[in-house]
Amino acid sequence: MFVRHLQVTDFRSWPHADLPLQRGPSVLVGPNGQGKTNLVEAVGYVATLGSHRVATDAPLVRHGASRAVVRTAVVNQDRELLVELEITPGKANRARLNRAPVPRPRDVLGILRTVLFAPEDLALVRGDPGERRRFLDELLVLRAPRFAGVRADYDRVLKQRSALLKTAGSARRAGSGGDIRTLDVWDGHLARHGAQLLAARLDLVADLAPHVAAAYAGVAPESRPVRVTYRSTLGGSLPEGYGEPGGPRASVEELEAALLAELYEVRQQELERGVCLVGPHRDELELVLGDILARGYASHGESWSFALALRLGSFELLKGDGGEPVLVLDDVFAELDHRRRRRLAEVAATAEQVLVTAAVAEDVPDELDGARYEVRDGEVSRVR
Amino acid sequence: MYEGPVQDLIDELGRLPGIGPKSAQRIAFHLLAAEAADVTRLQEVLQRVKEGVRFCEVCGNVSAEERCRICQDARRDPTVVCVVEEPKDVLAVERTREFRGRYHVLGGALDPLSGVGPDQLRIRELLARIGAEDVKEVILATDPNTEGEATATYLARMLRDFPGLTVTRLASGLPMGGDLEFADELTLGRALSGRRSL
Ligand SMILES: Nc1ncnc2c1ncn2[C@@H]1O[C@H](COP(=O)(O)OP(=O)(O)O)[C@@H](O)[C@H]1O
Ligand SMILES: [Mg+2]
Ligand SMILES: [Zn+2]
Repeated sequence: MFVRHLQVTDFRSWPHADLPLQRGPSVLVGPNGQGKTNLVEAVGYVATLGSHRVATDAPLVRHGASRAVVRTAVVNQDRELLVELEITPGKANRARLNRAPVPRPRDVLGILRTVLFAPEDLALVRGDPGERRRFLDELLVLRAPRFAGVRADYDRVLKQRSALLKTAGSARRAGSGGDIRTLDVWDGHLARHGAQLLAARLDLVADLAPHVAAAYAGVAPESRPVRVTYRSTLGGSLPEGYGEPGGPRASVEELEAALLAELYEVRQQELERGVCLVGPHRDELELVLGDILARGYASHGESWSFALALRLGSFELLKGDGGEPVLVLDDVFAELDHRRRRRLAEVAATAEQVLVTAAVAEDVPDELDGARYEVRDGEVSRVR
Repeated sequence: MYEGPVQDLIDELGRLPGIGPKSAQRIAFHLLAAEAADVTRLQEVLQRVKEGVRFCEVCGNVSAEERCRICQDARRDPTVVCVVEEPKDVLAVERTREFRGRYHVLGGALDPLSGVGPDQLRIRELLARIGAEDVKEVILATDPNTEGEATATYLARMLRDFPGLTVTRLASGLPMGGDLEFADELTLGRALSGRRSL
């Protein structure tokens, strides 16, 4: 697939930008702070309904404006779809598909699929487990958009159940019992939605792991091999082989039963602490280098290679699913040494479309010498 | 910020559901420009609604009298009770013209985040009613969202022990995460006629 046209209004620094695009590589070049990343961030937003730089929508709206609009014409197997998103912080965002409003923005997920690699990705390796869970869930939604709903339902149940534990917990500590008549109900719903999310993540990791290992070996052949594995709060109650390449597909029913049993086990502890201790919200995607966790241990170069391998692995996985994703490389070539640069360029050159940003054109390998745009003084113009 | 009462009015309007700061401002200035008689009429209606409207002592729906029109209507089947969250959901179900039974309005849904547990809802009244009246089926028509689903599950558990009582839930097909009142008549009607036993 590819983005044939990008248009933004009041998005980040852009009052308006209009950018016709095409298959193959497109490189946005210009000095820092000119708005290059802002443009590819808009493309990523259409694919994920989120930004790779900020957790909330407010910074995406141009200072002084009340809402931003992003429009993309996406071509997938010769069919073109127009996706429009209106981003209004503090209110419900709105989406239109081929000019017709859809009930919820998440109904347009899956139309554009992107894999975006950016300097922020170092946090995938060095940051909290939450960064890696987000990475997994985002990839999950790209593969199967219905998981956006599963994830939202799970988050909501989790919030409600946590609120109940918190109130009941503090009532108990104050010696007044605490009303937990509805806790069984919330347990049941948490286990039901949690099992769906967990099963999907386990299958995802089983499918993704070989791609990541191969991608890492490609970018850093001299380094020790890497592994990615899923660690669940279910611990030993997780059925054998789940989440492992070649292992059995995860059964939602089995996981639901296991989650329920585990919730029952930890109930006292949960009430004492007033927090929800079991479920995919506390799981971890472990990144293993050699036989040690990469987080807090891998060198700067190894961390970069690992982050790159996670993105390249995602790209290969999505490609294998059909509907090849658009690859977005935001300001990353300057950070990579010669060999990793080459390796990235080799893979990128096979993408149906790749969007690249760079401060200077010399940083971009020759393989990606396609269309070039200059971004400067609030203008973007094609120069080649 | 405007001075004095105008800003107060904007603030009050802005606290109403579905009204943002811009709409609040628009309504405030509309009222300022309106005829005094129009404003007085609005003022009177607001007063009457607070003083005059009460809730049906049987089903909890809004009512002008002790019992609402539906509870008084002998043609409505008293053996089937449709449980909804809010009075507006009664209207939504009525619009489908699919339902000839009676209602029970809970006054919300289980919502620990807002401190709403079983005691804050009219659940005790529901159980008492089923024990006292000849109810054969309870349709759980809470909203198809997290809180509504949890409430339905909780009620289903509470109602398990009534012998001979059938408990049903609206068929899926309602937009998940939604509000009953926003479902169109056709979809809601279908969900009602295709309800499944729990
Ligand atoms: N919400 C916003 N409103 C106005 N300007 C913004 C907003 N968000 C970011 N900017 C501006 O955008 C510029 C950064 O753009 P960016 O795309 O990151 O640059 P680069 O070309 O280096 O990738 C900065 O000058 C920043 O002030
Ligand atoms: Mg940049
Ligand atoms: Zn009544």
